[in-house]
Amino acid sequence: MQWKTEDNGWSPYLAGALVGLLAIISVWATTVLMGKTNYLGASTTFVRAAGLLERAVAPERVAANEYFTTSKVKVDWQFMLVSGIFLGALISSVTDRSFKWESVPPVWAKRFGNSPIKRAVGAVLGGIVAMVGARMADGCPSGHGLSGMMQFSVSSLAALCLFFGVGIAVAAMVYRGRV
Amino acid sequence: MSTEQWLGLWTGIAFGFFLQKGRVLRFDKQVGAMLLKDMTILKFMLSAILVGMVGITLLHGMGVITLSHKPMNVGAIVVGGGLFGAGWAIMGFCPGTSVGALGEGRWHALFAIVGMILGAALYAELYPFFKATVLSWRDYGKIGLVETLGVSPWVLVAGFWAICLPLFAWFEKKGL
Repeated sequence: MQWKTEDNGWSPYLAGALVGLLAIISVWATTVLMGKTNYLGASTTFVRAAGLLERAVAPERVAANEYFTTSKVKVDWQFMLVSGIFLGALISSVTDRSFKWESVPPVWAKRFGNSPIKRAVGAVLGGIVAMVGARMADGCPSGHGLSGMMQFSVSSLAALCLFFGVGIAVAAMVYRGRV
Repeated sequence: MSTEQWLGLWTGIAFGFFLQKGRVLRFDKQVGAMLLKDMTILKFMLSAILVGMVGITLLHGMGVITLSHKPMNVGAIVVGGGLFGAGWAIMGFCPGTSVGALGEGRWHALFAIVGMILGAALYAELYPFFKATVLSWRDYGKIGLVETLGVSPWVLVAGFWAICLPLFAWFEKKGL
């Protein structure tokens, strides 16, 4: 087993184990500093981002929406966590020179060509479907996949199997052995 | 900024740093896993889970932290989990990695982010409908494997390690 990948990255086992340590430190730190145990997650932040943007145009609509009211539209711990992911990835990639401007991912280009417009349509439609699913299931690969699995939640085990199971089936249909 | 926000920011920076170092923010790695050709993201996720579950079981056993199970609502998990999987295969990012991918210059991730914000707004609009249908089928509540199976969490920790380590060895042997 190698500790470094060909492009100067770290072994996924090592980087993953460090995220495991981070998750432990984070549940402890949030409990001590915020008085409530918070688990790593990301998808609720998209609800809050949608609420904040929608509030700028139609505040009464957001105020009247039951889902926005229960999700509490505000820049909270998780919102900053998700913003931090952007910064952490930026710092890491700039310092090890793996930062790269990319308009179409290579695997997508092999199947659908180099058009950024095609990629944009796929990403927006896929994003809509995925987020409706994540909010319905109450979690994504972070909230269910990592945090839920670490505490042996029944729902998370089921959700993770469905994420991958359906993902594998749809990917097989979409790419049809062409990549 | 409040303490809560600073804490979130620093935790996120570390999270994003490790995600980027593990090279799991890439579209190709995520779709590669779903095409069963590149198990990088699975190695990463399972390693995080294996380490994290030890600490969380320990801290919970000491009474320091509380667990926070998400409800085992059958319709929500099956339909929602399935929809997420389908969208994930097309989008090639999950919510957390989309933001990180943007950080490492893969600016097309912006489209995925826009799509997910639209999806969140759509879910908020459709929430009353889902609440009356999919979400109302059967809810087993916030349950964990520990109570459901009636075993010690340490048995589950040992079980997960016993399953994952040979799996890792197999990934390496197959060059996945």
